Amino acid sequence: MTKSAEIRIPPNEITLSRRADVSVVVVGNPNSGKSTLFNRLTGLKQRIGNYPGVTVERHIGTLRVDDKVTELVDLPGTHSLSAHSLEEHIAVDVIFGRMPGTREPDGVLAVLDATNLYQGLFLVQQLIDLELPVVVALTMTDAAEENGIGIDFETLSRTLGGVPIYPVVATTGAGLDKLRHAIADIRSVPVPDRIVVWPELTDAAAQLTEGANEPIRFAELERLLIDGPIDANQAILAKLGDAASERLEPIRDELFGLEPPIARDARIRYAWVRDVLATVQRSAPRFYSWRHRVTGFLNRPVPGTVGLFIVMAIVFQAVFAWATPIMDLIDTATASLGASIIESFGEGAMSSLIADGIIAGVGSVVIFLPQILILFLFIILLEDSGYLARAAYLMDRAMRSVGLSGQSIIPMISSFACAVPGIMATRVIPNRRDRIATILAAPFMTCSARLPVYALLIAAFVPANKVGFMNLQGLVLFGLYLFGIVAGILTALLMRKTALRGPKPPFALMLPEFRRPNLQTVFIQLLGRAKVFLYRAGTVIFAVAVIVWALAYYPRSDEIGPEVERQKTQAAYSLSGEALDDAYQRIENLAAAAQMEQSWLGRAGHFVEPVFAPLGWDWRVSSAVIAGFPAREVVIAVLGTVYAVGDDADEGTLSGRLKASAWPDGRRVFTLPMVIGLLIFYACCLQCAATLAVIRRETNTWRWPVFAWAYMTAIGYLGALLAFQLGSA
Amino acid sequence: MAINGNTLASLKRGQKGIIKFVDAVDPQVQRLMVLGLVEGAEVEHRSSAIGGDPMEFRLFGCGISLRQEHARHFHILPVAAGD
Repeated sequence: MTKSAEIRIPPNEITLSRRADVSVVVVGNPNSGKSTLFNRLTGLKQRIGNYPGVTVERHIGTLRVDDKVTELVDLPGTHSLSAHSLEEHIAVDVIFGRMPGTREPDGVLAVLDATNLYQGLFLVQQLIDLELPVVVALTMTDAAEENGIGIDFETLSRTLGGVPIYPVVATTGAGLDKLRHAIADIRSVPVPDRIVVWPELTDAAAQLTEGANEPIRFAELERLLIDGPIDANQAILAKLGDAASERLEPIRDELFGLEPPIARDARIRYAWVRDVLATVQRSAPRFYSWRHRVTGFLNRPVPGTVGLFIVMAIVFQAVFAWATPIMDLIDTATASLGASIIESFGEGAMSSLIADGIIAGVGSVVIFLPQILILFLFIILLEDSGYLARAAYLMDRAMRSVGLSGQSIIPMISSFACAVPGIMATRVIPNRRDRIATILAAPFMTCSARLPVYALLIAAFVPANKVGFMNLQGLVLFGLYLFGIVAGILTALLMRKTALRGPKPPFALMLPEFRRPNLQTVFIQLLGRAKVFLYRAGTVIFAVAVIVWALAYYPRSDEIGPEVERQKTQAAYSLSGEALDDAYQRIENLAAAAQMEQSWLGRAGHFVEPVFAPLGWDWRVSSAVIAGFPAREVVIAVLGTVYAVGDDADEGTLSGRLKASAWPDGRRVFTLPMVIGLLIFYACCLQCAATLAVIRRETNTWRWPVFAWAYMTAIGYLGALLAFQLGSA
Repeated sequence: MAINGNTLASLKRGQKGIIKFVDAVDPQVQRLMVLGLVEGAEVEHRSSAIGGDPMEFRLFGCGISLRQEHARHFHILPVAAGD
């Protein structure tokens, strides 16, 4: 937009862009295509935050149609307004307008999966009782057609009290425009007529409201009658007043007798849903597409499990192999950029800060963006295609043998990208012990921040020999992933047998059909991940790079400068030409090494060297490991800095410099046993402040993050010790 | 109740049954009822993981997986093969 166009915007529209006129909640079953639809509707105009006090993500997007601005709130998927998990509680609280800091909704966008009307209508029917305008988006209409399901929209709309229904195909975008207009005009949509599904409940609600303090929505009365006076319903009880509240228990007793209220509710509403389906849904003989053939084959126990392992192996191989060319490019670019800075600005504190601190530090982390994007691409594709749920199902028995459930597999698999979202994903696990055991196991999964460390060391020290269809480097990487999985599982098992002993957790899981992920949604999610990673590289890692550079650069020694000059003069007497240049270079490298060694970081590294010497680490590796405690990927940045200003500066790229690194007596520092030990240390240790913080938040105590940190660091140390001592013996 | 002890757990792969009675005392079973496993629903056993547990069922077009220990609470009347 040009400047003159901006000026013409009337002031009231500027305020509108800050605050939406209308707030609409997006409600639907898990896997109903709700988030895909939300992404299609709002595109990149969305912000991700958190609900106050909990870790459930709040996704709010903006929808602009003509001059109307609508705020869309994407809620966690739910099957019923009778909340069970933390996420369902959040969804229900927002829907009822009782979530602090979130607007009371003006309307509901109900997402109904055309291939799963059975569970969808169960929820939509409850939404109609909210006495709010409701617009239904019917998703997956293409898949429904493919399955031979025909839906009579008019009858369905009539049955649902007259709610407008908009069929959409998220993959092609068909129907989206009409839906956008309907959402923007949701205030003019009439509140649907109530459907009397359960006359006894309606009567009981009427009895309950006699003499109530203020009017109460029918949906709220339903919740009170079915779920009882639980915490979430206290606000409703207050509206009801004391006199009416006292009638609650007798009315519930009369209504339910000995039958569990939730069971009665499910029985009656699903009976109604079946009647509706009989009138609105026509099923033709099913057409067997590729989708069904793939599903059918992968449903068999053995091919399914073998398939899962093949999928995982392909992902790891792709992450390692596809990214290499781009990474080499970034590597060369940062190296030559740093060199040209030094060349054009001369040596000094400023050019050293830019070249050795900032460019080398941030550059050596940004280089892993291609790998991280490929990994996230696979995780998003697996999730959106419905495969992650199948993985949970296939792995349930195995997970149960270690005291977890198949539901733990989704947090675990997410942790391969990053333990932070992985740990946040444990919210779907209702059992607390099960959840904490999963949280403790999750950081062992090889996250994308470990990948840079692995990739650097493997590329430098493991030969690229062919082994079958993989090469040795890929195999070592796969081994490290496997090691993380085993360590995580053993940890969970140990915890479930000791501190977290308890009964077996429950398990029930919806298994969606395979579906083709929508590329636009995949792209939006991938962009979000890239932003988060680059944001970290740009802030935390940038700051650490500068601090570490300063620790390595200061204090400057007064003695080294004159000593260099003295030696150079001496060399000039006896040498000339190329030999003299070589001598100068050697003297400067030695000077840089001496400077590095007496810097703050060098001193710290020397101070802890005795602790890490049994692992074969010299003071430089020790310094890097210390500096990497807040965020493990920083270790690469620190190694980059330490080695750029060290005695091997002419060796070019970082892996070359590591290879050349030696002890004072000439032995190589990075021997194979030492490298394997270092890899094991990084496979275990919990060098990630963000993970510690999220564990604290999710468990609501410092006990678990402190325990996890100490436990993982101890295991890493012992593993590295064992590898180095046995390997070097 | 004349249900011959048949439960969801005893369905063979590809076999269908109609739920006739749910033993709803266990709160975990009640959660499964909220997912639609109630009396009158037709359920098909689609697959099992290695070792036969958990089991995957098809319920009105959606896939749902249960452990055998929970599947035993759903008493069924098998539907003859070939519909």
